[in-house]
Amino acid sequence: MDNENHTTGSAEPHLGAPEDAGGVRVDTQDRMVIRFAGDSGDGMQLAGNRFTDAAAIFGNDLATLPTFPAEIRAPAGTLPGVSSFQIQIADWDILTPGGEPGVLVAMNPAALMVHLEDVREGGILLINEEAFDERNLYKAGFESNPLDDGTLAGFDVHLVPMETLTKAAVKGSGVSGRAVLRSKNFLALGLLLWMFGRETEVTARWVEKKFAKMEAVKNANLAALKAGYNYGITTESFSRQIEVRPASLPPGTYTNVNGNTALAWGLIAGSQLSGLPLFYASYPITPASDILHELARRQNFGVKTFQAEDEIAAAGVALGAAFTGALAVTGTSGPGLSLKGETISLAMTTELPMIIVDVQRGGPSTGLPTKPEQSDLFLAVWGRHGESPLPVVAASSPSDAFESAVEACRIALKYMTPVILLSDGYIATAAEPWRLPDLAGLPRFEVPFAAGPNAGDRFLPYLRNMETMARQWAVPGMPGLEHRIGGIEKEETTGNISYDPENHQLMTDIRAWKVANIANDIPEIEVDDPDGADLLVLSWGSTSSAIRAGVGNARNEGIEVAHARIRYLSPFPANMPTVLSSYKQVLIPEMNNGQLSRLVKAEFVTPVISLNKVTGVPFTAQEIAAKIMELAGR
Amino acid sequence: MSYTRVDFQTDQEVRWCPGCGDYTILAAVQNFMAGLDIERENVVFVSGIGCAARFPYYMNTYGMHSIHGRAPAIATGVAIANPRLSVWVVGGDGDLLSIGGNHLIHALRRNVDLTILLFNNQIYGLTKGQYSPTSEPGKATKSSPAGSLDYPFNPVSLAIGAEATFVARTLDMDRNHTTSMLKAAHQHRGSSLIEIYQNCNVFNDKAFIALTGKQERRENRINLVHGEPIVFGADREKAVVWEEGRAVIVNRASVDPSRIIVHNAHAEDASQAFALSRLAHGPYGPTPLGIFRDVYRPVYDDALEDQVTRSKAARGNGDLGKLLTSLGTWTVE
Repeated sequence: MDNENHTTGSAEPHLGAPEDAGGVRVDTQDRMVIRFAGDSGDGMQLAGNRFTDAAAIFGNDLATLPTFPAEIRAPAGTLPGVSSFQIQIADWDILTPGGEPGVLVAMNPAALMVHLEDVREGGILLINEEAFDERNLYKAGFESNPLDDGTLAGFDVHLVPMETLTKAAVKGSGVSGRAVLRSKNFLALGLLLWMFGRETEVTARWVEKKFAKMEAVKNANLAALKAGYNYGITTESFSRQIEVRPASLPPGTYTNVNGNTALAWGLIAGSQLSGLPLFYASYPITPASDILHELARRQNFGVKTFQAEDEIAAAGVALGAAFTGALAVTGTSGPGLSLKGETISLAMTTELPMIIVDVQRGGPSTGLPTKPEQSDLFLAVWGRHGESPLPVVAASSPSDAFESAVEACRIALKYMTPVILLSDGYIATAAEPWRLPDLAGLPRFEVPFAAGPNAGDRFLPYLRNMETMARQWAVPGMPGLEHRIGGIEKEETTGNISYDPENHQLMTDIRAWKVANIANDIPEIEVDDPDGADLLVLSWGSTSSAIRAGVGNARNEGIEVAHARIRYLSPFPANMPTVLSSYKQVLIPEMNNGQLSRLVKAEFVTPVISLNKVTGVPFTAQEIAAKIMELAGR
Repeated sequence: MSYTRVDFQTDQEVRWCPGCGDYTILAAVQNFMAGLDIERENVVFVSGIGCAARFPYYMNTYGMHSIHGRAPAIATGVAIANPRLSVWVVGGDGDLLSIGGNHLIHALRRNVDLTILLFNNQIYGLTKGQYSPTSEPGKATKSSPAGSLDYPFNPVSLAIGAEATFVARTLDMDRNHTTSMLKAAHQHRGSSLIEIYQNCNVFNDKAFIALTGKQERRENRINLVHGEPIVFGADREKAVVWEEGRAVIVNRASVDPSRIIVHNAHAEDASQAFALSRLAHGPYGPTPLGIFRDVYRPVYDDALEDQVTRSKAARGNGDLGKLLTSLGTWTVE
């Protein structure tokens, strides 16, 4: 069983009637999972991304899951060196990158060793047979050659002499030596494009642009691409093409985007909606660095980026920028969030707006740097010394990262507070089609700048807007508003140092109330519950897509189940108590040991069933559906 | 607009211990600020934690009393987000050299436009008397009853090693010298570090007696003045010369005057400034005061601002709509 099912379809993939297309059978399917796997130097991410673009432009819905080794270049041919890219394409609104691949491209024995067990029964294996020499088989841990020992029985196996074909194709392009075989990912890609009935034009245009300044490489890649495609046409071993028709998505203009890029763009949108220059300070860390890279290229948007000497400095530099009136952001992953904690507390108590992006990865400590986890939720909500509450917003998908970033900016500025924006390693690198928002329709932000003295001829930095409880933002350069703020407790309104017991109680209460009150300024959670179910599945973050898909699968089995996704994790939306009390059972699946579960239990004193997983691999819809069915007694 | 010292005072009661060296430094800075042609609203003081770090609360400018050690990082954010501001960092030896050592050296090498005042009293005062990263080896304190095992930093050597473009040393007791160092540091665009020997009369009194005592100061102060031969002593009887690649102190009479080092604070190469900083590893004998190094290097804040300006000129003001479609789009009808 594949892991995500069309909500109107059956549990098994739709196999359309085979059509005859000049001797080649065409299977029409409503979706297909394809996985590219090879050595980390084999260019599998590139091949996967190019295939993704071709599928997107064709109009398929899609979701991707890149998987890299944590080492930049683990030894060639070994199991730790295997890099893979999975994509699910579909003719309907797909939510996850899928589970069992229907097609596996294996560039060497190690790739086959790591991924074969996942491939669906009867799945297509596209194998670079020339990599299966004794040395590579040994490195991958094969005792005999799987290509002829029966291991691959039951699969639709295609052995392709990729190296010979590539060498022949690139002859005359100008590349030589070891560079020749670098084009073999394009050969594999060309073959796959043929197999899925796609033209090579989209990819060829990309190659021409990307390698415009490297004539030989460009020619070699184009030649290999074409050769792979033609190999599909002419070789008798390929008697089958797969058709996945365009999806019927809501009308609009779409692009294909990963979460780090969308998040960076959301921050730029926040800058434009507030009229404040964006300032992003960060220390390189996987998997957040691409946000820094993306923003560093956007200086013409008035964006300043700063690569700090460490995580603490990155937070401090951002806080300094916030003091001057910039839209200040620092980005990191879990270990960095730990280090930034003291500075976030200072931002919280000085009541300066600032956004802290945490692209979560497997922890603790260095943990699994390239794998996703949702285990920083407690750290985000509670991980600071003292009473230091602040809003926490979580993105749930690559495209949702844009909107979540915009929301984080809005809340930070309106309420003069640091906001933690959670993403994770899956959202960061996965891609999906994104229906572009109507930018003109986005509301401008309120920014509580001080206009002048606010108490006679004096400026009191902690005088508040009694509706939002935000203080006024007076930035250096504004005459007459000179003031001092700091980490020592501040006297109400004046901001002067105060050790007065009652004042500390009051200020602690005000800060907590200010954040709690944001619950009234965020959307209520929407419950998807067509049948009036007894079971509610709550989701947050990147698991939301798999959970939505799993809920759909369970409904296909006739089970009544509701689903709601929470973007705002601190404070929770105002209707949470009502929603929770409407269901007999609440299930919370998370990639951690039950952090949202505990938050919900503590906050609403309600029983919760947890489904937890920390394997570094996202939930599949199947896992979610299985748990729902178990709870339904099936 | 012209100011007086009063314009830079706040309504906050100054709460350093009576007799603390910080009072004289505060007075020197307030007086100095009043004489500048710079608007008060464009001045920002950022401090970390420690006795010295209370400083911003006593300056009627914009200010932030931040986190132990982090002032150089926070001030960096202030300065590069708005390069039109005059940004000052105040911290002690524990704050800037121990918990904040990393931020200090990186601010210096980047040449962010900051003026950093390092109040060095060679002790932890606010936590009541533990040895600091500038305390002398063997110092007996509450946390080192058998004597400190730490070897101290020489802050001037450290700053020069960290690629600082302006490094000076002065003394709290000498208001005029302090003011002249402030003036030079303020005129320097880029990072400036002034090490100020500051007496903690409660936990480390008379630490600088070799430079402040009536007789001692005449003997031990080596006043570095750009363009002048380095001679010192009660009767200017000592001189500094090169010997085997080091700067050494000799009897002036024993050497040919042409051998006496002429101080060049503007030398691009930092070797001479570094060598001079090694004449004393702490204020225990003859010790150089003054500007060790004052050179120009492109300033981080200006260079970043310049990149942004040039990017806008070359590519036009960013258009978010275009950016969102830059990876290619398709339309669903």
